Amino acid sequence: MKGIEHHIPERLLIAYAAGTLPKGFSLVVAAHVSMCDTCRAALEAHYAMGGALLEKEGKAAVSDEIKTDLMARLDEPAPEEPVFGRDGPYPGPVMAAMKGRAPRWRSLGAGVKQSILSADETGSVRLLSIPAGQAVPDHGHSGLELTMVLQGAFADETGTFGVGDVEVADEELEHTPTAAPGDTCICLAATDAPLRFSGFLPRVLQPFFGI
Amino acid sequence: MAQVSEQTALMLAVRDRRDKAAFSRLFDHFAPRLKAVIMRSGTGSGQAEEIVQEVMLTVWRKADQFDPERAQVSAWVYQIARNRQIDVLRKESRPVPEALKHETENEPDATRMLAVEQEAGHLRQALEALSPDQRVVIEKAYFGEMTHQDIHDDTGLPLGTIKSRIRLGLERLRHELKGLRAE
Repeated sequence: MKGIEHHIPERLLIAYAAGTLPKGFSLVVAAHVSMCDTCRAALEAHYAMGGALLEKEGKAAVSDEIKTDLMARLDEPAPEEPVFGRDGPYPGPVMAAMKGRAPRWRSLGAGVKQSILSADETGSVRLLSIPAGQAVPDHGHSGLELTMVLQGAFADETGTFGVGDVEVADEELEHTPTAAPGDTCICLAATDAPLRFSGFLPRVLQPFFGI
Repeated sequence: MAQVSEQTALMLAVRDRRDKAAFSRLFDHFAPRLKAVIMRSGTGSGQAEEIVQEVMLTVWRKADQFDPERAQVSAWVYQIARNRQIDVLRKESRPVPEALKHETENEPDATRMLAVEQEAGHLRQALEALSPDQRVVIEKAYFGEMTHQDIHDDTGLPLGTIKSRIRLGLERLRHELKGLRAE
């Protein structure tokens, strides 16, 4: 297996570190960092930057009760937090988003399936399953879209994306991603706007499929 | 052990000996700074204090995850603060990467710890060299006041010297992580 070649852009790592990145993109960043030491190192460097800024920050007086109350709570047992590890092609954060369960696939036709992990006004994040050799309908984007390969590979006009790679698409990219031969391609895809398909029919179906 | 910073020594006392006096001193150092940062994004004083309390409680509870060979205390506290602030304000936990295993039983490597602290020092110097305008933009980005446009387009961030500082630290961090993977 070749290494990861397509990484998270720096501005998105900073936004993730600062907590300003919408939830769907944050899931892609967390999934990618779980597999990519280069981006993990970069993220930790941004935390170091945040730490240096924190040290330089002015002080706001904190009331004494806050500290007294906190010191009294130190012996309380910590609540159990479930820890989700990787399961098959799904990295820990994706398993956490599915609460440890397998994806619930819905057919989009032509063997393409999706499983929506979350969708709200800030955007959506879903899993896509595309049979080897199958093209995803030609589509553009009205916002930003991050697509991370979890299994198999896909290729489009801009290059080839293997396991762990992230494609960053924006308004300018009209592309036709096609799953590579071999394993079914499973991707984690996040967007901050609804996708729009170039063809007439898919546009009509869009609200119906929730994509 | 060679000289590590006071904060690192306090945090190790919390991690390895559950030392409450050391924790109390870390609270005195970080709580007022955290509160100031949290209030920047418009959070009121009362709620900011609640978040500070949650952040510091997490510092206490997750102390075993503190790895001085990878991060300075301030970087680790910043990371926890950003996570907790989101969790509290959005009432949902944000996605976090899988944790890497690290061995706390081993005696910490003082050389590596010092390298981390040296880098943090360089980073602070690079910050001091910024113009006030540049500094404001950087603070906004790292303290959660980044706009939607900034996320789409990074031309606005004056990261020049900062970036080279950060890059210098990356090689070492990458090496460190590779070592962890191999274990």
